[in-house]
Amino acid sequence: MAEEVRGAAEGEPSEASKPVRGAAEGEPSEASKPSYDKLIFELSSPGRHAFSLPEPDVPKSDVHALLPERHLRRQGAELPEVSEVDVIRHYSRLSRLNYGVDTHFYPLGSCTMKYNPRINEDMARLPGFGALHPLAPEEASQGALQLMHELAADLAEIAGMDAVSLQPAAGAQGELAGVLMIRAYHLANGERRTKVLIPDSAHGTNPASTAIAGYRVVQLKSEANGEVDVLDLERNLDNETAAFMLTLPNTLGMFEPRIIEIIERCHAKGVQVYMDGANLNAILGIVRPGDLGFDVCHFNLHKTFTTPHGGGGPGAGPVGVKSHLMPFLPTPVVTRREGRARRSRRGAERSADAKAGGAPTYALDWNRPKSIGKLQTFWGNFGMLVRAYTYIRTMGPAGLRSVSDNAVLNANYVMKRLEPYYDAGAPGPCMHECVMSARRQKKLGVTALDIAKRLLDLGFYAPSIYFPLIVEEALMIEPTETESKETLDEFCDAMIRIAKEAEEHPAVIHDAPLTTPVRRLDQTRAARYPDLRWRPPAESSRV
Amino acid sequence: MRYLPNTPQNQRAMLDVIGARAIEDLLVKIPAKARLSRPLGLPPALAETDLIHLLRGLAAENADADSYTCFAGGGAYDHYVPSPINHLISRGEFFTAYTPYQPEASQGTLRTIYEYQTMIAELTGMDVANASIYDGGSALAEAVLMARDITGRHEVVMTAGVHPLSRRVVETYGQGLGLQLRTAPLGDGITDADGLRKAVSSKTAAIVVQSPNLFGCLEEIADAAAVAHEAGALLIASVDPVNLGVLEAPGAQGVDICVGEGQGLGVPLGFGGPNLGVLAVKKDFIRRIPGRLAGATVDLDGHRGFVLTLQAREQHIRREKATSNICTNVALCALMGTIYMSIMGKAGLVRVGELSTAKAHHAAGVLAAVPGVRLRFGAPFFKEFTLALPKPPERVARRLLKDRILAGVPLARFDRKLRDCLVVAVTERRTRAEIDAFAAALAKAVA
Repeated sequence: MAEEVRGAAEGEPSEASKPVRGAAEGEPSEASKPSYDKLIFELSSPGRHAFSLPEPDVPKSDVHALLPERHLRRQGAELPEVSEVDVIRHYSRLSRLNYGVDTHFYPLGSCTMKYNPRINEDMARLPGFGALHPLAPEEASQGALQLMHELAADLAEIAGMDAVSLQPAAGAQGELAGVLMIRAYHLANGERRTKVLIPDSAHGTNPASTAIAGYRVVQLKSEANGEVDVLDLERNLDNETAAFMLTLPNTLGMFEPRIIEIIERCHAKGVQVYMDGANLNAILGIVRPGDLGFDVCHFNLHKTFTTPHGGGGPGAGPVGVKSHLMPFLPTPVVTRREGRARRSRRGAERSADAKAGGAPTYALDWNRPKSIGKLQTFWGNFGMLVRAYTYIRTMGPAGLRSVSDNAVLNANYVMKRLEPYYDAGAPGPCMHECVMSARRQKKLGVTALDIAKRLLDLGFYAPSIYFPLIVEEALMIEPTETESKETLDEFCDAMIRIAKEAEEHPAVIHDAPLTTPVRRLDQTRAARYPDLRWRPPAESSRV
Repeated sequence: MRYLPNTPQNQRAMLDVIGARAIEDLLVKIPAKARLSRPLGLPPALAETDLIHLLRGLAAENADADSYTCFAGGGAYDHYVPSPINHLISRGEFFTAYTPYQPEASQGTLRTIYEYQTMIAELTGMDVANASIYDGGSALAEAVLMARDITGRHEVVMTAGVHPLSRRVVETYGQGLGLQLRTAPLGDGITDADGLRKAVSSKTAAIVVQSPNLFGCLEEIADAAAVAHEAGALLIASVDPVNLGVLEAPGAQGVDICVGEGQGLGVPLGFGGPNLGVLAVKKDFIRRIPGRLAGATVDLDGHRGFVLTLQAREQHIRREKATSNICTNVALCALMGTIYMSIMGKAGLVRVGELSTAKAHHAAGVLAAVPGVRLRFGAPFFKEFTLALPKPPERVARRLLKDRILAGVPLARFDRKLRDCLVVAVTERRTRAEIDAFAAALAKAVA
């Protein structure tokens, strides 16, 4: 979740319809761009192959003899025919057309693009985890279940919640789980509440998840600084209101100073309060949502806990609840039964315990009659859970606290350095991200989108743009704690250079990006004439 | 802290620029009474060597498919994962990239999504595939919500062979929207044709059929499509795309929305996640499809390029009116699938299907010859089949663990009526010798 509009919305004037300007001085010319423009299908050559499969070792192997003809495929699938070196070279080349955290500073606000430690990858690929079948008997998956149980306990401690389900596959699925639990809770109390309150600054998934849970969404106005408009909230708190969902720190990167009072007011009307945990990395070890009074919150492991974003997932969106919502947790719940003797909860000692015959055992508990049910087929995005567990064990309590301290320091530093050149979306200090506005630059004909594209040329990924919606020409910058002062200085220098370019020769910004494999892409055309699959040139009718 | 590059000197210099004495001063908006006044109650940080020891210890407690012979299926399969996949997805430019919102800096990811969409459309015989859903179960739930939206009807008929865990996901997604689920009864391993006809009415939004189904049997998809369409309903088919080298494409059988678990396409078992949710539709529904879509377009200079498109369906534009709340999907798993389908190509995927079928049918013969054991159903099956055992399958499976064999999936956990049933999966990775060893161990276990 928390992935908002980054590019131009459809329906904006076509970028491609603008006249092509000459390349600015000093910029790489057209010729220096990677020329590679093939799709794997265009590398295909009949009869080539990259697989290695054994010959059949059983007597009857003709599929036509084993299965009725009506079940067999009549027309083969036109998959590419390529050799292994074609595959390696093609995808290695494609990878180079991407900016990733490994190659570029990625100040994408609200998305928390921090460094992804390699040890996480190694641990997730241990055969005992990577090759484990989800329906292996419980006694044959104790290590995996123990890891899940401990991770859930760790996340509960970090958020001050009473229980955590690891099942949601992404933040948005965590939201759906959370809202469904709130719904089940009200229904169990004999209440049929119909609406959920969501600030206008919220991530788009909040209203979407709420609508799927069957609620009417009531949008609340935010104050200019992104804080909750308490009067507007008060007006909407009634017996029909099931929940209030908000992001903390808010989407302007600010901590909501009246949060405790807001939650108390909600609770006074029987309204449950949901925290969108997209920005949890700002407050690790500083504040716990549960201590503030939140009833539910989700975690984005792919943000706060360094699991990679993978170009758009997989993520993991565990959801934490207070005790009154525990009966409604998704099934199954990983439980722990003590061994004969009281044992340490940590794995290192566990092997020794196992030998002693007194080790605790872990199980999947399905017997939960009030559960909202399942969210995905198996038990969650386990590979992501291993990465997050590894990270938490690497950092420890002091390390996690330093994460937030440094994230906050970095964001405030960037904000301070940029303030003379860009308008701040809200007065500081901010938390782990800051929202700047290109209002001034827009008057000179340079938009947030232009600035984003220019940054790509200067060697940086772009901040989130046009989010939150309540800030004009928003540039939402989240440096994260894994960037050094030197990197931030380079980035700020680039931003300042662009501000000056906007005043002195904006053409160079309008031409950007020049160094990327393609230049500004025509979004309108893509939407108007959808071309969503490759076809051989002969039959290139669009679908 | 090796992931935190700022030294105390850096911090001091930055604080001076900000004009703050300490980092604590930046947290002034957090009310004092809201603060945590103690360190988090977590174990202290571990050195990498200790950490590796800890995690290897946990991993070693699991009976994984590398150290055991895996005959377990039930929605997750031990198919061959070619080496290049892990190497290629480990390139930082792929796995540390974000959702391609700045297309000029994300052409690698966008091109692979476009290739993935093409391959899935080709494999399923559908017109349009999206960029992936979390897994097969959530893809099915999204398909059901889509059918409800398209038809304006609230009842869905699920055949009894739909995986119970997927069915529960559909129930979860549908509970707030008043979705009514009905079940069409099972005949001999597949849906009973008369029962299906009776379950469908003018209120039916969709029939959901899974093939091969929970029992490994091949459903009559075209017949189900005819029943659905006669009632003005859609047919949703849940398939395992790795089978589609050999099995008829859903698109050629009248399927309106095709979903499936794509884990078999080069994604490791991983204890069930992350997996690869496949979703593909007929072109009429292109603007109703949930999730992301990559499309081809041109840039300022007329060069081919790719963008995320038709975003008006999505929550960042339509918010509460979006077709779905899915945002982060499983792009890296879709990339794994794309690389897998490239490596396998036209011929390889056919071979995987042929080998799996041949070995599964051989195994069925050998295992059903064990005294007391029989094939439970007569319907045609593909790479998975159901045995009836003379002893409780859960106990038998536990016993076979001692022989380092993952015997299959006992169905008692899903349905008490099927408490004598064990579903056995045989992929192209299993050898004749392994099948024989399984039969020998099974014979001992049920004797």
